[in-house]
Amino acid sequence: MADDRDREGTEIAVAEFHKKIKDAFEVFDHESNNTVDVREIGTIIRSLGCCPSEGELHDLIAEVGEEEPTGYIRFEKFLPVMTEVLLERRYRPIPEDTLHRAFEVLDPAKRGFLSKEELIKYMTGEGEPFSQEEMEEMLSAAIDPESNSIHYKDYITMMVIDEN
Amino acid sequence: MGSGTSTQHHFAFQNAEKAFKAAVLIQRWYRRYMARLEMRRHCTWSIFQSIEYAGQQDQVKLHNFFSYLVDHFTPNNHNERDFLNRMFTEERSPQDSEMENCRDYESIEVPDSYTGPRLSFPLLPDHATALVEAFRVKQAEGTNGKALRQDLAWTARGTSRKAIVAGEEGTREQLLEDGDRERLHARYVLNLLYEARKHLVQLPNINRVSTCYSEEITVCGDLHGQLDDLIFIFYKNGLPSPERAYVFNGDFVDRGKDSVEILMVLFAFMLVYPKEFHLNRGNHEDHMVNLRYGFTKEVMHKYKTHGKKILKLLQDVFCWLPLATLVDEKVLILHGGVSDMTDLEFLAKLDRHKIVSTMRCKTRKEDKKQAEEKGKANQTSSAGTPSPWFLPQSHSLPTSPLRPSTQKAHRAGRSSSVPCRVPLDPKELSHWVRHSVDLELERCRQQAGFPEIKEKEEPLPLASEADPEAEGRREPTQEEWRQVVDILWSDPMAQEGCKANTIRGGGCYFGPNVTERLLQKYNLQFLIRSHECKPEGYEFCHSRKVLTIFSASNYYEVGSNRGAYVKLGPALSPHIVQFQANKATHTLTMRQRQDFSMSDFQKDRIIVFVETLKCKCHYIYPNSKSEFKI
Repeated sequence: MADDRDREGTEIAVAEFHKKIKDAFEVFDHESNNTVDVREIGTIIRSLGCCPSEGELHDLIAEVGEEEPTGYIRFEKFLPVMTEVLLERRYRPIPEDTLHRAFEVLDPAKRGFLSKEELIKYMTGEGEPFSQEEMEEMLSAAIDPESNSIHYKDYITMMVIDEN
Repeated sequence: MGSGTSTQHHFAFQNAEKAFKAAVLIQRWYRRYMARLEMRRHCTWSIFQSIEYAGQQDQVKLHNFFSYLVDHFTPNNHNERDFLNRMFTEERSPQDSEMENCRDYESIEVPDSYTGPRLSFPLLPDHATALVEAFRVKQAEGTNGKALRQDLAWTARGTSRKAIVAGEEGTREQLLEDGDRERLHARYVLNLLYEARKHLVQLPNINRVSTCYSEEITVCGDLHGQLDDLIFIFYKNGLPSPERAYVFNGDFVDRGKDSVEILMVLFAFMLVYPKEFHLNRGNHEDHMVNLRYGFTKEVMHKYKTHGKKILKLLQDVFCWLPLATLVDEKVLILHGGVSDMTDLEFLAKLDRHKIVSTMRCKTRKEDKKQAEEKGKANQTSSAGTPSPWFLPQSHSLPTSPLRPSTQKAHRAGRSSSVPCRVPLDPKELSHWVRHSVDLELERCRQQAGFPEIKEKEEPLPLASEADPEAEGRREPTQEEWRQVVDILWSDPMAQEGCKANTIRGGGCYFGPNVTERLLQKYNLQFLIRSHECKPEGYEFCHSRKVLTIFSASNYYEVGSNRGAYVKLGPALSPHIVQFQANKATHTLTMRQRQDFSMSDFQKDRIIVFVETLKCKCHYIYPNSKSEFKI
């Protein structure tokens, strides 16, 4: 009995996921032929609530791509893989306080802010580095022009509100 | 010693690892945030676009519905019939003799208190420049010379018009008067329009331009009443001159708040540089469309006394705008697109003045033979003309528009563009009905012993009458009208083929094969069109054979899209320039981005965010000697 209920619950969840995945996919299916450019896959996956790292993203792309990479991802391959990802709740987003602690790691003196240079250094030199464009985009929104620094607590709060 | 250093190393390593992980966390989160923003942008865009096109479709559908009603309404008596006829003939464009009446603008007095530009004809380049300058300054200052913020929305939905005047007295709302000081005086508007019409009448339907005379030619797309963008283009690219040719590809008016000013500027330069400055008609250069999308309202508001006269003259001027421009016989510039039936020779020969509006068309018959064939086709075949949406749909009509007609081969293919035609020609039907009613009336009268009543001359001929030409001269044929609608309303699509543009309600969707066939048939290099808003202000498609160029930035809302214009250099290679005129004070950022779809063409993309032109911009046009600074 419990199994049946479970299965039904899963089926409903799967149906919902299918719809969500399809909707997100269609936004980038410019030629209406059930394919999207591989460069948009990251955006699609992230908009579905997942928060993979670049490395994890590359693995996913490898999973959904063709034998011979064509530059396009087909929906038929994308759907089952993505459904699995959602069912398994893989690549969950980061809670706010974890993010805050990550900033604090980079700010051991606990000043509450990072200077512009420090931010650039970490974001383009560490981890999975930002491209020039990503860096500029982040700076334009995050940096307080008067102090030339990012007050990360406020920044996080602002971004989170924006998201919702 | 050893253990000390290794502990240090251990800590160092741990710290480095932690920093690495922290960085990854932040980057991961940030990328997700950006992805969600982008997704939201895309969805918002689709929504805006759907609303826009649905609105157009609505108008067309309503139009068809009422046209159908009118056409099938059987008048009960003389008066009703006259009323109907008046409705029909209302639309006729004025005769030349009637146009002379428009010269009575000369009798309009311009008061001394008027401080706006005063135009005299023939126009000189300085006049045109002064006009632009006057409009630009007007944006920045109010009647007191103080900073003025105007909130205007000239759409069918709202016309709130307030001015917030900030000054020593504090802010107060002040309803802007319809003062002559504020804008170009109606007399000059009419004069300018009159002169513009005189010039346009001489132009062919397909304007031929050569790059031998001017060194460069710049093509701009939709402006939609956004004067800021036009001024920006002139500032960035330079004012029109014999060395700097321009083509404006339609849709100058509607939606934005300064359609009148844009037209004044465009017509002024057209008169000053007739060989270098060219305008194409867009689907919004149409008095019926203007009724809904704000231009009519704008004119009537800005020119309370003379608005009607101006609109009447504009209606005619619009009809005389050329349909397309051809550069060096190689690059075809038109507003919407093409269809699988587009015939440039046919388009070049028709009388474009007869197409008053692409919304409604009373068409005359080409000739009796074709009419018969059409009649046969409509009775037996399933293709050709679908019945309107509000009639019960017959299942014999095809769902796929690409089924060839069983009759004339060249009418094969897609369902017709706007508006839908009923199986029987409505005019013919209503005439026939009217005629038979008259006959019946007459018979009854005779039976009752009344004397024969001399019927008033029918202004509209019956199908079987000898001379369709006399009356028909005024009206386009169905084919003429359809060709023009296709040019002004069509959109490219990724799939092959050609099908009816149901989203807009007019024109068609044309695929890469249609483009290819057309380019080959007329030996052209590529097509430039507008009509669709694009996030980057431009877009290539059909293997870069079709370029969409759209010059109204922030069209849907602030930040929604960039505007762009394209310069054709030697060998006509396109060179795109983008811009975005921001109303809010955003900081200047310069960014260069790789675009993966653009590799084959030379391009140079500069994206500039500019502070509000209204208040802070001090600039001199590049073609004068002073230097410029932002």
